[in-house]
Amino acid sequence: MELLLIILIGLLYGAGVYLILRRSMVKLLLGIMFLGTGANILIFLLGGITKGKPPVIDEALKMFQDSYADPIPQALILTAIVISFALTAFAIVLLKRVYALVDSDDLDDLNTPEEEDI
Amino acid sequence: MIDNHILGPVFIHLFTAILQLIAWRKTVTQRYISGIGSFLGVLVAIRLLSKVQDQGILTMNASNWESPFGIVFVADLLSSTLVLITSLAGLAVSLFSSTGINRQRMLYGYFPIFHFLVMGLNGAFLTGDIFNLYVWFEVIIISSFVLMTLGGRKTQLEGAVKYMALNILASTFFLTGIGILYGITGSLNMADLSQKIKLVNNQFLIGITSMFFLLGFGIKSAVFPLYYWLPSSYHTPPSAVAATFGGLLTKVGIYAMLRVFSLIFIPDEFTRNLLMILAVLTIVTGSLGALIKLNIRRLFSYLIVCHIGFMIGGIGMFTKVALMGTVFYLFHDILVKTNMFLIAGLIRQMRGTMDMKSLGGIYAQYPKISLLIALVLFSLVGIPPLSGFWPKVFLFKEAFNISEYAFVAALVLGSFVTLFVIARMWSEVFWKDVPSDVNIEDKYNPMPLARRILLVMPIALLAIATVFIGINAEVVVKLVDQIASQLVDTSSYVEAVLGKQN
Repeated sequence: MELLLIILIGLLYGAGVYLILRRSMVKLLLGIMFLGTGANILIFLLGGITKGKPPVIDEALKMFQDSYADPIPQALILTAIVISFALTAFAIVLLKRVYALVDSDDLDDLNTPEEEDI
Repeated sequence: MIDNHILGPVFIHLFTAILQLIAWRKTVTQRYISGIGSFLGVLVAIRLLSKVQDQGILTMNASNWESPFGIVFVADLLSSTLVLITSLAGLAVSLFSSTGINRQRMLYGYFPIFHFLVMGLNGAFLTGDIFNLYVWFEVIIISSFVLMTLGGRKTQLEGAVKYMALNILASTFFLTGIGILYGITGSLNMADLSQKIKLVNNQFLIGITSMFFLLGFGIKSAVFPLYYWLPSSYHTPPSAVAATFGGLLTKVGIYAMLRVFSLIFIPDEFTRNLLMILAVLTIVTGSLGALIKLNIRRLFSYLIVCHIGFMIGGIGMFTKVALMGTVFYLFHDILVKTNMFLIAGLIRQMRGTMDMKSLGGIYAQYPKISLLIALVLFSLVGIPPLSGFWPKVFLFKEAFNISEYAFVAALVLGSFVTLFVIARMWSEVFWKDVPSDVNIEDKYNPMPLARRILLVMPIALLAIATVFIGINAEVVVKLVDQIASQLVDTSSYVEAVLGKQN
């Protein structure tokens, strides 16, 4: 299981970096999403994967301390997912607006010279 | 010392923003709420700083979870002083925006978002939990995205794409770093981390993790190879927004670096050398960029990059005197850079343009305001009695002491280029006559007096703060001295958060 996740994280990070380096805005967006997902799975993996163990144990059951699942990574990932959901939603709308204005998907076309209207 | 009031500066801005959401589309009411809220924010921040000075480091455990387990908020001298300066800059921007932002932008919620941004900044300064710091960073960037795009002009949106992509990337690196750090140590509390990190066997892995943090914060604070997003986006939004960004957002990156590298990853030989090289290159590239720009705001954007290098160099040397210089420069830089962009906005109101070639004659028309602006420019350049002079003394002194001659040369170059571009700007914008082929559209002169005061008063407010810091340098140096000692020897911070260690 660990090995599978490690390979998956590597793939997601690699694909994310590759897509960010492309010139298309849609690929930029996909790259950002891949990187975010990769980071989430990384936290999940490094928090320690345990199967079928309780996350919260009673104080009286201290002897079972080494057989419980750490609940913190889930909390962290949940927070990170919500945040990246909001950011992605914003990014999609922004890129759609830019596409409508510039009429191009190429990041190199985003260099309108100075226009003086503020 | 546990004190539940340390979150006051966060809540004041939260409530201000909520009240403004209730008064949606009532722009006049929003303006008043914003002014009052920001003013209360300054008062609460002053109270917090004086409390911290009296009682030492204050902490608050969220939901009363004991310290290494729950989220902890910590107000030490560095945080509370930064909260005060941020509130001050926020007040100035809030007053300036009531005239400097047009009504359409206000209708779409400029003010609530602005206060959410300031709330995020205060939260980032006060938190003692590394994941919570990430969450505050996200609060900051999502608010800044909205402010950046509000208005929806073409150049603005184009700048926003670059800004957004790089900032999300920075957050992802930061999150990756946090994930690895949690995997290694099993803790997120910064004070607890500083204890546990020493016990880790594989220090090499710690070094790699620290690079993730350096990369994330480096993008945010616009350090040498990662700064390209800044000059290509900061000249696009309205000046009040650019003032908040230029004054405050890059400085949060510096704050986070100061915190993380003093508390968790004590810089080793490699990190120090890396930071010094980055500092020198940041200063050089920033000044070269500033030399060729003729648009005032693009010029200021490059000056931000250039001066970030000064602070990175201070962190790179990592001695008490160098950190004093960095922290002092941080305070000075927030006030002055915010003010510079407000001045750019004022010039824009007076002349309708920000291109140096078609500007001119401001000194002849508005001598008093020009003298006020001259004061700020002197401070930026670092003329002795003003705030820009003192931190450079510390940086020079320490760089000579530990023989970082490349950094000394970069400091000289950076200061000299700043002087040169500011002098050129002064002669082009203020002294030169208006070029004969340019029609000026002065929106400032026909304004009613109250609106004109609202434009000039924030600049005067920040200028007074600069002069105050410069003249009361003795008090500020004492404060900065204490802050630097807390950064070098973090035992008091750890003790305040985790309780007495045996």
